[in-house]
Amino acid sequence: MTYLDHAATTPMLPDAVTAMTTHLNEALHARGNASSLHTSGRRARRLVEESREEIAAALGARPSEVVFTAGGTESDNLAVTGIYLARRTPQRRRVLVSAVEHHAVLETAQWLVEHEGAELTLLEVDAFGRVHDDTLRAAIAGDPGSVALVSVMWANNEVGTVNPVRELATTCAEHGIPFHTDAVQAVGAIPVDFAASRASALTLSGHKLGGPFGVGVLLLGRDVPCQPVLHGGGQEREVRSGTLDVTGIVATAAAVRVSVAGRAEQAERLAGLRDELVEAVRAVVPDVILNGDPGQSDVDGAPSRLPGNAHFTFPGCAGDSLLMLLDARGIECSTGSACTAGVAQPSHVLLAMDVDTDLARGSLRFSFGHTSTRADVRAVAEAIGPVVERARNAGLVGARRRVEVSAR
Amino acid sequence: MWTRGRAAVRRPVAEGMTAVRVLAAMSGGVDSAVAAARAVAAGHDVTGVHLALSAKPGTLRTGARGCCTVEDANDARRVADLLGIPFYVWDFAQRFDEDVVADFVAEYAAGRTPNPCLKCNERIKFAALLDKAVALGFDAVCTGHYARLSVVDGRAELRRSADDGKDQSYVLASLRPDQLRHAMFPLGGSVKADVRAEAASRGLAVADKPDSHDICFIPDGDTRAFLDRRLGQRPGELVDDETGEVLGAHTGVHGFTVGQRHGLGLRVPAPDGRPRYVLSLEPVSGAVRVGAAERLAVREIVAERPVWPSGDALAGEVDCVAQVRAHGGTAPAVASVVDDRLVVRLSGELRGVAPGQAVVLYRQDGAGDVVLGSAMIAATS
Repeated sequence: MTYLDHAATTPMLPDAVTAMTTHLNEALHARGNASSLHTSGRRARRLVEESREEIAAALGARPSEVVFTAGGTESDNLAVTGIYLARRTPQRRRVLVSAVEHHAVLETAQWLVEHEGAELTLLEVDAFGRVHDDTLRAAIAGDPGSVALVSVMWANNEVGTVNPVRELATTCAEHGIPFHTDAVQAVGAIPVDFAASRASALTLSGHKLGGPFGVGVLLLGRDVPCQPVLHGGGQEREVRSGTLDVTGIVATAAAVRVSVAGRAEQAERLAGLRDELVEAVRAVVPDVILNGDPGQSDVDGAPSRLPGNAHFTFPGCAGDSLLMLLDARGIECSTGSACTAGVAQPSHVLLAMDVDTDLARGSLRFSFGHTSTRADVRAVAEAIGPVVERARNAGLVGARRRVEVSAR
Repeated sequence: MWTRGRAAVRRPVAEGMTAVRVLAAMSGGVDSAVAAARAVAAGHDVTGVHLALSAKPGTLRTGARGCCTVEDANDARRVADLLGIPFYVWDFAQRFDEDVVADFVAEYAAGRTPNPCLKCNERIKFAALLDKAVALGFDAVCTGHYARLSVVDGRAELRRSADDGKDQSYVLASLRPDQLRHAMFPLGGSVKADVRAEAASRGLAVADKPDSHDICFIPDGDTRAFLDRRLGQRPGELVDDETGEVLGAHTGVHGFTVGQRHGLGLRVPAPDGRPRYVLSLEPVSGAVRVGAAERLAVREIVAERPVWPSGDALAGEVDCVAQVRAHGGTAPAVASVVDDRLVVRLSGELRGVAPGQAVVLYRQDGAGDVVLGSAMIAATS
């Protein structure tokens, strides 16, 4: 099995599994609610707070800035909705988000337009999918006082392009506008320091960096106003109510600690594999297009592209054909962002990058992670030629009408 | 698992064949589920595919239309899980809209009565899907249709289903031999009750799922309202076919079908008090001609663009049985090809023969009537 879809989810890190199972075994005989006042409750609370401190330390945040949620989607929803509602006035309704955000941000912003009177501006990106500070400044300039919130992802989940987050956040800070960044793909892959970034809020997801499903974090600056989305017992600074998932939190903290500590070494290894893969695919399929930043420069001292991301367009092929043919050969990758119906829609990220619709349909993302090896690269290098040839025969049928073939 | 090159993809599917690579089209209904299960049981290398035919599928099923919602896709996925086969959703929404829905609307606008299921088989399942499947290395597309298909020495023979009530040979009769050679209908020899029982015994959750009815892309079942939305109002007159008298007004010929009795909106009864029926539709003038039941009687049908599933065109005058709509409407006939058109003389008479529907010819046979050919009804007399 060649698993090259680590951007969707990655196998759990052994330390995270140990942390999780240790706590689950303890729960066989004693378990406390972290909000309880007795000994068991205090024990649970201590684990949560130690986890909070561990995560804060790994990411340049203060422990009080760590808000636990049930995942990246919830963190994005909380940041975008919560900050908007807290800052909304009749004169301050603009929300600026990049055109290539994850749906968790895009759909939330759209919902605010439809239900809470927000005015949405999609920040344009360049051909690599990057938001430039000029674009943000231009969008703010007209009327800085009318902007409730800006949200730009740290690194794009599809094409891997890294944004100049510190520069963008600084621009927002100059105008007193809160800046949220979805760093789900960035944490553990490139250097992420919350304080240095000057961001007001930052989303991360446990399972993307080797932790369990169902745990997310929103780093939320102490002075950033945020209305709760979930109401209840007032946990987590009264911003996010709900009994804390102690087991999941402990495991997530372990995953954050290990992935951030090993990040530099891992990043170098994965970038090496990624470059080998790009070279190998180009050798077999000369007209292949690598989407996103080429990854040969840096952004604010960090790589300009996620080290483990290779996103290709294979002209004349349908992504779903490529995916199925590779799957049949034991190679697992992605056509881009998943859709609830399981239908591969042309990616909004590629469309925002001005990629032609048919080319967008012929795209595949290979994403490396901590279990990836050179054997994975070799497997793709061997399979990709015949797979692309066969997918080209099938063409874009389905998406486009073809001339009838009289003699099949 | 996959052989390279294109040689292998030409392998026809034949009786008693060895294992081949099969793409099972899975709507989420019980029939396609059991069809896929039988293909797996026969030892074939099966991959399940659900066709997404709507650009904006509903989340949950409403009513008895089993194919177009996310819930139906999930039902199909659960069957694939149980069968242990790979499963994908393929987006054919644009092709379906162009080749089936747009055609459906245009046909009604032209005063004809189309059969979208037939068109879907002809253009989507056994064309777009089959083309893609074959190009990707599959040998056959398997569906849950009720029709018996055998391919012997590369010759396709399509027969009626063993279940008279469910027979779908009518909507498959316009497939060419090169399409049928790569088709597989594992349910052809079964009756529906047995298929449901088999689904239950295989533990498939869709065993009790209601049959789908009507047209999948009109979830509320209101064809007239759907056409009104697409075509707008195109007012015209209801005219007495005998006297030429204008009996009323209507909002578009697309609201009518030849043979229709109800919903004509006539306030004045016929002088003799007998019910009146739609006799013909004139899209240019907008006239809907109505008259007595006996004026609906048709004795001769001229049909265009004949297709011969076996590959053999009719030779001379052939005794056969003609069927003029998906369910019912059969009569003994003598058919021949004249100037590339099919001329069908009925030995009895049929009513409600609507241009735009297919006329399908069968040769009677104790082992299931054999489809001789199909063509689109152009004119009747």
